[in-house]
Amino acid sequence: MSGLIGRKLGMSSVFDSQGEQISVTVIQAGPCKVISIKTKEKDGYEAFQLGFGERKEKKTSKPYMGQFKKNNFSPSLLLREFKFSTGNDLKIGDEVKVDLFKEGEIIKVSAKSKGKGFQGVMRRHGFGGVGGTTHGQSDRLRAPGSIGASSYPSRVFKGQRMAGRMGYSRVTISNLKVIKIMPEDNLILIKGAVPGAINTIVELRKK
Amino acid sequence: MVDINKIIPDQVKSDIPRFNPGDHIKVHVRVIEGDKERIQPFEGDVISVRGHGINKTFTVRKISSGVGVERIFPLYSPKIAKIEMIKEGNVRRAKLYYLRNLSGKAARIKGKE
Repeated sequence: MSGLIGRKLGMSSVFDSQGEQISVTVIQAGPCKVISIKTKEKDGYEAFQLGFGERKEKKTSKPYMGQFKKNNFSPSLLLREFKFSTGNDLKIGDEVKVDLFKEGEIIKVSAKSKGKGFQGVMRRHGFGGVGGTTHGQSDRLRAPGSIGASSYPSRVFKGQRMAGRMGYSRVTISNLKVIKIMPEDNLILIKGAVPGAINTIVELRKK
Repeated sequence: MVDINKIIPDQVKSDIPRFNPGDHIKVHVRVIEGDKERIQPFEGDVISVRGHGINKTFTVRKISSGVGVERIFPLYSPKIAKIEMIKEGNVRRAKLYYLRNLSGKAARIKGKE
């Protein structure tokens, strides 16, 4: 198994063996059930499909429910797929828990980031603004500048970075260190920050 | 929602003496030099206590050879060997940053009766 689904609970800090205070993100990870296994022969790729959390049967759509009915599982809140990694032989119905990771291990975490609303180019893309306020120039400090040449090409290229909606997109942070694992509470403490607000669903993956 | 302060490891020590802003205290700091460890005291007035839970910190200010020196300690840091109360102070504010602008006799803190 190469990963796990979890829920971000918030941040706190712990003291390490040197007595240094380090900021940690607390994530409730797993337990996740193997709902189905994708195989090369049937699906063209190999992956475990994991389910996390609980969902009322009444609230589950019929196509979604079909995934669980095959093996008489109760429906999960959501499903995610994780690639095979060496040395795993999980069967459908097996539970994956937070002890999948070891303390000190380097992992990566993906989640939906916090929405920032409509933002200008300086915040959204790190533009520098237009600069000075002399020579009669005003109101241009946070402007994007020129967005293209005139007679040729006479249009704005596709993908030109402009102001717009920022955040609420999938963000992956790699090289995050696992500080502590608390299997009895299904908790994992990760050094540093992780995308998303409190209660965001996060995916933890082995490097 | 789950309260993280309750579930994360309990590193909050309970044997720390109570002290408030205005108090004169002596903080015994563990200093590691090479493979040796020794205790270095830092004595001064508490000018601020902030935060809660494991993130609580306090600031100690002293005048060292005519220069004001401030150190911020995490209250529950394992680097603090001991906190010793020298004198309780009588102040009306929670943050004594005004002491930075005072010197000499004016920068004294009245003691508790």
